[in-house]
Amino acid sequence: MPEPVTPVTVEAQLTPGAPEGGGAEGPARSLWSDAWRSLRRNPVFIVSALIILFLVIVAIWPQLLASGDPNDCDLAHGQDTSSSGHPFGYDAQGCDVYTRTVYGARASITVGVCATAGVALLGGILGALAGFFGRWADALLSRVADIFFGIPVILGGLVLLSVVTSTTVWPVVGFIVLLGWPQISRIARGSVITVKENDYVHAARTLGASNSRILLRHILPNAIAPVIVVATIALGTYIALEATLSFLGVGLKPPAVSWGIDISNAAPYIRNAPHMLLYPAGALALTVLAFIMLGDAVRDALDPKLR
Amino acid sequence: MRLGLRTGALAAALVLAVPWLASCGATATESGVVRAKWGDPQNPLEPANTNEVNGGKVLDMIFRGLKLYNPDTAEPEYAVAKSISSDDAQNFKVTLKDGWKFADGTKVTSQSFVDAWNYAAYLPNAQIGADFFGYIDGYDKVHPDKGKPTAKKLSGLKVVDDTHFTVKLNQKFSLFPDMLGYAAFSPLPKKFFTDHDAWLEKPFGNGPYEVTDYERGGRMKLRLNDQYNGTKPRNKGVDLLVYTDDNTAYTDVVAGQLDVTDAVPAEQLSNLHKDIDNRYINTPAGIIQTLMFPMYDKEWATADALKVRRGISLAINREQITDKIFQKTRIPAKDWTSPVLRDEGGYNPDICGDRCEYNPKKAKQLIDEGGGFPGGRLVLSYNADTGNHKQWIDAICNSVNRVMGNSKACVGNPVGTFADFRTQIQSGKFSGPFRSGWQMDYPLIQNFLQPVYTTGAPSNDGKWSDKRFDALINKANADPDPKSAIKDFQDSERILAEQLPAIPLWYQNGTAVYGTRVHDVKLNPFSVPVFEEMTVND
Amino acid sequence: MGRYVIRRLLQMIPVFIGTTLLIFLMVNVMGDPTAALCGDKACDPATQAALREQFHLDKPLVQQYLIYLGNIFQGDFGTAFNGDSVSDLMLRAYPVTIKLTFVAIVFEIVIGIGLGVITGLRRGKPIDTGVLVLTLVVISVPTFVTGLVAQLLFGMQWGIVKPSVAYEAPLSELILPGLVLASVSLAYVTRLTRTSVAENARSDYVRTAVAKGLPRRRIIWRHLLRNSLIPVVTFIGTDIGALMGGAIVTERIFNIRGVGYQLYQGILHQSSPTVVGFVTVLVIVFLLANLIVDLLYAVLDPRIRYA
Repeated sequence: MPEPVTPVTVEAQLTPGAPEGGGAEGPARSLWSDAWRSLRRNPVFIVSALIILFLVIVAIWPQLLASGDPNDCDLAHGQDTSSSGHPFGYDAQGCDVYTRTVYGARASITVGVCATAGVALLGGILGALAGFFGRWADALLSRVADIFFGIPVILGGLVLLSVVTSTTVWPVVGFIVLLGWPQISRIARGSVITVKENDYVHAARTLGASNSRILLRHILPNAIAPVIVVATIALGTYIALEATLSFLGVGLKPPAVSWGIDISNAAPYIRNAPHMLLYPAGALALTVLAFIMLGDAVRDALDPKLR
Repeated sequence: MRLGLRTGALAAALVLAVPWLASCGATATESGVVRAKWGDPQNPLEPANTNEVNGGKVLDMIFRGLKLYNPDTAEPEYAVAKSISSDDAQNFKVTLKDGWKFADGTKVTSQSFVDAWNYAAYLPNAQIGADFFGYIDGYDKVHPDKGKPTAKKLSGLKVVDDTHFTVKLNQKFSLFPDMLGYAAFSPLPKKFFTDHDAWLEKPFGNGPYEVTDYERGGRMKLRLNDQYNGTKPRNKGVDLLVYTDDNTAYTDVVAGQLDVTDAVPAEQLSNLHKDIDNRYINTPAGIIQTLMFPMYDKEWATADALKVRRGISLAINREQITDKIFQKTRIPAKDWTSPVLRDEGGYNPDICGDRCEYNPKKAKQLIDEGGGFPGGRLVLSYNADTGNHKQWIDAICNSVNRVMGNSKACVGNPVGTFADFRTQIQSGKFSGPFRSGWQMDYPLIQNFLQPVYTTGAPSNDGKWSDKRFDALINKANADPDPKSAIKDFQDSERILAEQLPAIPLWYQNGTAVYGTRVHDVKLNPFSVPVFEEMTVND
Repeated sequence: MGRYVIRRLLQMIPVFIGTTLLIFLMVNVMGDPTAALCGDKACDPATQAALREQFHLDKPLVQQYLIYLGNIFQGDFGTAFNGDSVSDLMLRAYPVTIKLTFVAIVFEIVIGIGLGVITGLRRGKPIDTGVLVLTLVVISVPTFVTGLVAQLLFGMQWGIVKPSVAYEAPLSELILPGLVLASVSLAYVTRLTRTSVAENARSDYVRTAVAKGLPRRRIIWRHLLRNSLIPVVTFIGTDIGALMGGAIVTERIFNIRGVGYQLYQGILHQSSPTVVGFVTVLVIVFLLANLIVDLLYAVLDPRIRYA
């Protein structure tokens, strides 16, 4: 069984880089605390946080919302539409779509949030370093990223994940981070390259600020917006990627329940039984929406021009 | 400079784009020519090196062997052979008809067959169908299990003259002549040996069609072979178009871009009436699907495990799965052969009978009596890359789970690639049942039993072994009277029913849909469209 | 700049060797490909050994790799199991895929940036919300379904286009597949542009330009957009490679035999010449695309110079 998602994970995702910025240096704290103050007053943030809280609760305690067993399936009901007690109808195998959508939250949200957090951290740090230091550091990190980017997901999955026997979601998360970081790293690198040419960066450097101070205090808040945008959308695609891997037999081990798996199972029946696709895809859309809103709010909070 | 770069890029993009925009030529439909769905062949198109349906489709069209299976009844009939006779079921005399020629005008002689068979059996040629020649005397010399071959030719083959040759087998096998309609036994023209690469570019034989154009990975054009000695096809040719997805081929047939597809996705079957009217074929084919048990695993070979195996067979609701998942394109199996053999050929639904029928109460009772599933859980292995097996594996598991009253009693175990699946089977890694299927090479009951269930047979993946079964198969093969031979084969099948080393699941039908342009479409018992009989109405 | 470009091109050599070696090893780790050649039966051991010999699989791995590398330098990329030469496969697949990618990128640039600018300037307005909903749909409904529905509607129901693309893959038939292929990337491009535009719309130079009374269109195109494009260009640069190698689903639905399809087949059949050949060319495409993106940085932002 995958471990339940704790709110802490979501919190880490919410303010990337917070531990470094908040803990290490005195002056940096004010930037992040400023951001936090403006976040709390932003209705977009409050709505998105409430949705995420709801999703996390569903992920941890699915039995609160659904009393059935997601793997209790009766083929006699295969593809049936909604009926009393089964508001979302049945899927092709005769499983209750509502129960499966509720129970699918755990695996999907864990994979989506943790893989995105991992990718954003790893890719963000490596990309920022490559962009900031340039020269050989850039050459080395960028070329390594190119090689990783070249590994086809299917090949990587069949090679790296087929040897794993763990039944948790973590191998899948690790795999997505391993193959996903180059994209974010290029975005972060490009963003840092632009920002580091700004006058305030030159000014800070002339004043003798250290590299880490410049990176964290001046560049990070201004360079983070594209990373947030890409990461929030990637979250949705990672949830779908898990299904591709599971379909190949190297993702979550059966009888796992996830939105991705249900979406890909429902896809061939789109002409005859679209309801099978609608609900898991809707849940995925809601999750992505919450994180896109959250990303927007965080970005706004970090933008000094708005103050 | 900045401007220069931008204009330059734009100009480059335009220069690159123009030729593409100009090349908007669609392929015109040739009158009288059937356009049919095809897939890339897995191997070079040599007759003895082809074991899958796409390559087989072409071989069927460009070759004629000694015998030909009747497209309606699967009955072996003489084609190039005038007669094949034997007094002792071990030494056969083959007489060819006169007048058969290859597409290049050279004659089909005894030598054409003998050379082709020698080529197929010779180990360094690495032909994957070599083992079909294993009955012929001298096979162990040209294809030893270990080491280098000590002869280049099968000693059992002797050319008498242009129209006569003899075959000596290394054991008695009365049904041997009926094997000879299989594509691996096709004759080969001289050019195959003298200019192998050129032949592979554009393969030709003595069949009703010849390849006129072959764009690898895209399409193959087949037109009438003027030299053909049989009944002339009723159309002007066939264009085989490669499709990477069955659903796309189906959509193209509905939209009139394609005439025939012989792979209809089950999900589309409920849309048939509105898409395609009644231009749909669903006929039995010589394919059976089974779940095979790892009898090499001690836990599955005990007397208790036999009860569990019988319980599992009763726990699978075959009717419901073939209805709901396969939309009646598969039929619940009641023996280990196929209905295309018909009663005369040895098909007998009583052999498995109620042991293959859903009976939830008795199923649970048997499984519990046998101590439950070995290892505590029923794990069904399959390959995930082809064939869409997940759906029915999940359905079987759900059926078993309901019988056992435990939603986690049975799970599927997808394996990423077919090669890995085969490797794990061969090295005996699976500790639970795995997907197994058999598509007949030739329509004989022997083909459904001997290669799959005799000790050490190439497809005996569960490594089941039963001396009584082997003895009955040998006795049947040696029996010069085909009727009593079939009785013996059926007796051997009854041992399968008693021991259940594999559970019959369902017989797979051949399915096809076709467009308004073509008529007289049918599938042969191998689920391949009978192209020669199709007519085109332009 | 010339030296920078030459240095970047020289970096291709280690990347080339690294990629070929890595992919070669990965394909080999997958196991013995000859196990699949005999279908649902075991090849007799003698035949299987003969097959291994034929494909050099009986030699030590290092030797196999060196034979392969040696052949590449003579322009021979080896043969797939069905006897097709990999060079021929690439010559057939790459032109088709380049055309498809071209169409997709054009959609990303025109529709993605266009919608991004509009929504960036009208944050919170109905059009912004409408585009957000479309974004969510595109992310949560798999490409398989988008493609299938597009094919059914345009190809079967309305008969506007042919449901599948002809063997020659003329550009006119690639428009629908190109749009389907671009759909998820469109979400990224739109949101990246939107964020960037919204951020820069509040910047000093835009305020200055507005204060100077410059025409609105000129402000948007010359000042705002140009400064907002860096993250977008970076993303599109990384996307070229992803689209070329990862169009498996789109290619399947529309029966396009491009790189994604060949690569997928190569991986499933464990044909190392096919996989290594295709991936190597893909990695070279990434490198070139990244180089062009880096050069574009300097075009878009004159403060950035090549190190």
